[in-house]
Amino acid sequence: MSEKKSLTREARDVELVQLYKKYGQTTAVNGISLKIPAGSYCCLVGPSGCGKTSTLRMIAGHEDVSEGSILLGNKEINEVPPAKRETAMMFQNYALFPHLNCRDNVAFSLKMRGVEKNERQKVADEYLELVHMSSFAERIPAQLSGGQQQRVALARALVTHPSVLLLDEPLSALDPFLRVKMRAELKRLQVELGISFIHVTHSQVEALALADQVVVMNQGNIEQAGTPREVFNQPKSEFVAKFVGGHNLLKAKFEKKLSESEALLSSQEGFSYLVPWTAPDTPSGPVTFSLRQDCIRLDQPSEETPPPNEVRGTVTAVEYKGTSLSVTLQLDGEQELEVTLPEQLLGQLDVSYGKQLAASWKPQDLCLLN
Amino acid sequence: MDRQSPLSTLLQISPISLILGFFLVLPIGTILIVSFWDYNDFSFFPDFVWTNYSDALGSNVTYKTYLNTFWYAGLTWFFTFLIGFTVAYFLAFHIHTTRWQIVLFLICTIPFWTSNIIRMISWIPFLGRNGVFNTMLQSIGLIDEPLEFLLFSDFSIVLAFVHLYALFMVVPIFNSMMRIDRSLIEAAIDGGANGWQMLTNVVIPLCKPGIAIGSIFVVTLVMGDYITVRLMGGGQRASVGVMMWNEISLLLYPAAAAHAVVLLAVVLIMVSLMMRVVDLKKEL
Repeated sequence: MSEKKSLTREARDVELVQLYKKYGQTTAVNGISLKIPAGSYCCLVGPSGCGKTSTLRMIAGHEDVSEGSILLGNKEINEVPPAKRETAMMFQNYALFPHLNCRDNVAFSLKMRGVEKNERQKVADEYLELVHMSSFAERIPAQLSGGQQQRVALARALVTHPSVLLLDEPLSALDPFLRVKMRAELKRLQVELGISFIHVTHSQVEALALADQVVVMNQGNIEQAGTPREVFNQPKSEFVAKFVGGHNLLKAKFEKKLSESEALLSSQEGFSYLVPWTAPDTPSGPVTFSLRQDCIRLDQPSEETPPPNEVRGTVTAVEYKGTSLSVTLQLDGEQELEVTLPEQLLGQLDVSYGKQLAASWKPQDLCLLN
Repeated sequence: MDRQSPLSTLLQISPISLILGFFLVLPIGTILIVSFWDYNDFSFFPDFVWTNYSDALGSNVTYKTYLNTFWYAGLTWFFTFLIGFTVAYFLAFHIHTTRWQIVLFLICTIPFWTSNIIRMISWIPFLGRNGVFNTMLQSIGLIDEPLEFLLFSDFSIVLAFVHLYALFMVVPIFNSMMRIDRSLIEAAIDGGANGWQMLTNVVIPLCKPGIAIGSIFVVTLVMGDYITVRLMGGGQRASVGVMMWNEISLLLYPAAAAHAVVLLAVVLIMVSLMMRVVDLKKEL
């Protein structure tokens, strides 16, 4: 491990301060601020057009900053040329030079710096070794599979001794099986090298699986930044809850406060929700909650009127997913509820299509959204 | 796969066979046959003699003429390459909107909307002894005597060739350049390449097929040309084409045919050498 450490520069913090990117009239990045601690794995995630790639390209220096600044360490790097930034970029389609073999691809930046041929080939071989591609050194990119090309691209990026590695959708061109495998490898490399990886992706699964810090972006803004657990358990907005998936959104009207920390709300369908409520204000409009699909319990409905945090509905869809079971309940009215159940429950409860069921949850599982 | 009837196979291959047969095999076959005929002062007649070839290959004039033609081809190649690469590079990498690329590209083709002869002849009043250029230089006092080398010289021949054929270099190189993935350029910048390193390490290697195709166009066109050399050389300069033209005007068809066959062989060798530099199959 100590030997591999020597392959990289010292890790540094990256900080974005009120960063804007404007293309004519359109604003791609709308004044975002973010701190990425040294040696951490950060995923910028969001739908296409959310500004995540523009942000990454600005950090790399392939896109000019419209306003604001990018700090690396404590130095502003807005005007520093890409090759002098201590960042390295791994491109979406890897951008390997098609006319050069793997070794020469990896050695490219060394050649540009005037490193003598034997020396640079030796270094290139070390990096090919790091990504387990030594035996392919003589091949040209067209003779490699997607996953192999990616490893070479990774080696080519790392050869510049970056303190930050920037990855633009690195896994999107791979098949699902390889994607999971390379995901683990990226994480392993990041931990071993100890530098920051900033990884742009549109897949929330990838972001949650890899990141120390997940940054959910939408329309040029950061919707939420936090650990995967924070983002998944306490989504701040409807957008985040929908984007990370696995959540139900419940709308309700505020009724009354029951105590210092609890309030009662009612839904359009006539169900009542008991929720933790510490805020002193009492909103008049509807409020939205997110509720994790796997925090819901299903039971046979009883005869009585449902207590708070229990709703009744009809099963409209059941999907068997191997390790889990996904059930869609149609409540009276528009509202649907997606429920993820452990697979083992299948023998104990009849969840077949058209069944009437009761769904319930604990008050603390409801998360108030802005 | 279904087995096709012989008739349908025949029908499928007949269009290309007819075109190739009529436009390629027939004329070249005729030339080849005629090159073995004999001739006297008044007529030529079917025969099988090697004298046309022994005359052609045994004469010093032939070698001198070939050398001269290679000289024109080499110079023309060099200048069309310089111009073609520069123009293509500008169009491909400095013009960022497709619309302007198309506009500027069309402007490049405007000279091609007129005939070759007109484009060439337009140089004569410009470069002549009392032409526009000489008059201008004299009137601003740069020279006392008109510059003689401007017209009816190697200079004017190569100038006309470059003018005529530069676009044949621009088009294939531009095409190659447009196919370079822009992220490769960024990857090279990321790797610390400066402008010159980018050119020599990324752009030129990836443009090789375009350069080869352009070179094949230019070199074969110059090798076979006679009209440019005749017009711009004022009848004083020789090329392989001019040599053949002279024989044809003396009705020495078999001798001209033998020269044509030799030229064809030479050009084929040149093209195959150029193809060796790049793998064109990969690109087409």
